[in-house]
Amino acid sequence: MPAIIQLESIHKVYHTGEVDVHAVRDVSLQVAKGEFVAIMGASGSGKSTMMNMLGCLDRPSQGRYLLDGVDVSGLDRDQLATIRNQKIGFVFQGFNLLSRTSALENTELPLMYNRSHLSSRELHRRASQALETVGLGSRADHHPNQLSGGQQQRVAIARALVNEPAMLLADEPTGNLDTQTSIEIMGVFQKLNDEGITIVMVTHELDIASYTKRNVIMRDGRVVTDAPVANRLIATEELAKLREAQKAVQLAP
Amino acid sequence: MNFFATLRVAGRALRRNKMRTILTMLGLIIGVGAVIITVSLGNGAKAAVEAQIASLGQNVVLVFNGSFNRGGVRSGFGGAGTLTVDDAAALAREIPEIVSISPERRYNAQIAAGDLNWSTSILGESDTYLDIRQWPLAQGSMFTEQDVHGANKVAIIGQTVATQLFPDGDAVGQAMRIKNVPFIVVGVLSPKGLSVQGQDQDDVIILPYTSLMKRLQGVTTLSGVTVQTANATDLASVQEQIIEILRQRHRTTPVTDDFLVRSQEEITAAANNTSQTMRMLLAGVALVSLLVGGIGIMNIMLVSVTERTREIGIRMAVGAHGRDILMQFLTEAVTLSLLGGILGITLGVGGSYVLPYFSSFPTLIPTFWIVVSFIVSAVVGVFFGFYPAWKASQLDPIDALRYE
Repeated sequence: MPAIIQLESIHKVYHTGEVDVHAVRDVSLQVAKGEFVAIMGASGSGKSTMMNMLGCLDRPSQGRYLLDGVDVSGLDRDQLATIRNQKIGFVFQGFNLLSRTSALENTELPLMYNRSHLSSRELHRRASQALETVGLGSRADHHPNQLSGGQQQRVAIARALVNEPAMLLADEPTGNLDTQTSIEIMGVFQKLNDEGITIVMVTHELDIASYTKRNVIMRDGRVVTDAPVANRLIATEELAKLREAQKAVQLAP
Repeated sequence: MNFFATLRVAGRALRRNKMRTILTMLGLIIGVGAVIITVSLGNGAKAAVEAQIASLGQNVVLVFNGSFNRGGVRSGFGGAGTLTVDDAAALAREIPEIVSISPERRYNAQIAAGDLNWSTSILGESDTYLDIRQWPLAQGSMFTEQDVHGANKVAIIGQTVATQLFPDGDAVGQAMRIKNVPFIVVGVLSPKGLSVQGQDQDDVIILPYTSLMKRLQGVTTLSGVTVQTANATDLASVQEQIIEILRQRHRTTPVTDDFLVRSQEEITAAANNTSQTMRMLLAGVALVSLLVGGIGIMNIMLVSVTERTREIGIRMAVGAHGRDILMQFLTEAVTLSLLGGILGITLGVGGSYVLPYFSSFPTLIPTFWIVVSFIVSAVVGVFFGFYPAWKASQLDPIDALRYE
């Protein structure tokens, strides 16, 4: 399998006042096409910094980062923006949708900054298709405040998918959601992964991490554990179990 | 992002805060509107002044009585009373560039016709006066050179006088009395309306100057002389020659001159000077108001950038370049300023149309200034929108995404 992400001895140092903060120390990591990885760690472990670098929002202080075969460690702001647009789909904890803007238009956003000048009909077609993929085809004209948290996160996933990126990068995607919705969102990710999409996710929730295929655990800026998930949870099964349990206490019909 | 998408985003952002958008534009609306109204008022006044100067006639030099000094007591202008008919004849004789000359005597008197009477100003002039002033007659004909030689009792009357004394019309051929001296009306002037100072220019009677001086006043001096040259280029030299001849005849020096000579050029220049000052003042007012409007736009754009930091972060995260963000906010600022400018132009043009109906001020809508206002509005948008937009484009996407 060709590597989508290849990190070679990555360091990240922040210069804040007198003290230099070494957020990431000498991390080397490979993520192959089709993988589903969870990066875990306590706060201050360097996982957010890792996420920013993987997402090309930030550059490593030292080391090399090859994304889909391209060395992105030396690119400037605009080149990184283009890489983010073409290669990466972002899903954030706070959804980060544009308010008072319809789901469809939110989904179209990355296409607008895609330099290939698509017609507005083509924009609509692709965005609608992405919304179909996450099961929100019927709510394309809803604004974020008319959607539930789970639905908003689905719109965010649709937006991440619309440019057909090399990988999805999710930062605590279930952090603002309840248990059932979290499992549903993980179900969406598992389905997308089954279709061949590479997903890297940052989370601090162990149960959420067990829906992925590989867990990378960080502490003090270093990778301490990197292992495949032994007892992988399947979202559809977990949802079925949850329904049974809810039925038992008459919480669900 | 293409232009129309950028424009749509800008439009949506402006619609989101309608009240704020309108208040921000108000600075520019009032500024541009005021500029257009004041300029059109200025233009209207200038056109009126120019029309009046033109009504003096073409290529005209005016000679007036100056002041005199007797034993240290100085009279005002016109007090000298030393210009004579011989002076006028000498000017006509010795200056070849002069094509027409009209000695002038001014007088005010009560006049009567039938059982009506009226007080008006009387001008004693030569037969060429109406040609010099380019003032056509409505009825009848101008008195002749013979009338001037013979000091005949003939008169030309203005429209106002005609209405007051001969309300039945047909004044030509009728008799009227000026200080009990009977005169025959030979012509009625075409109406000229009010002067810029608000004087009724039609409330006048024109007699041969000889008739006025000999038969009514019994004087030998003139109030002034109106001289016309063939070409505008002769005005300056004719003016100098007049001064020279009058100095010889009156035995005066530049200090003791008892006459004044003004060419039309000088009068026009003085009027232009006034309107030049006014234009400078207007340009200053325009600049200040647009500056204030622009600062308002800058202020609101800075607020908008701060408010939408997160949105900027999202756009950058999904691939917007700094340039895209810059263009987005710049487009918003320019849309704001252009919309304000257009509304201001509408207000200004509307005001300029309506104003003459409610006041006596003439207006002349300045097409040039409409174009200038439009362009300046756009420039204000770009200039004052640039800093906030640039600030937005320089945001770090990570910080922007975390912004609460």
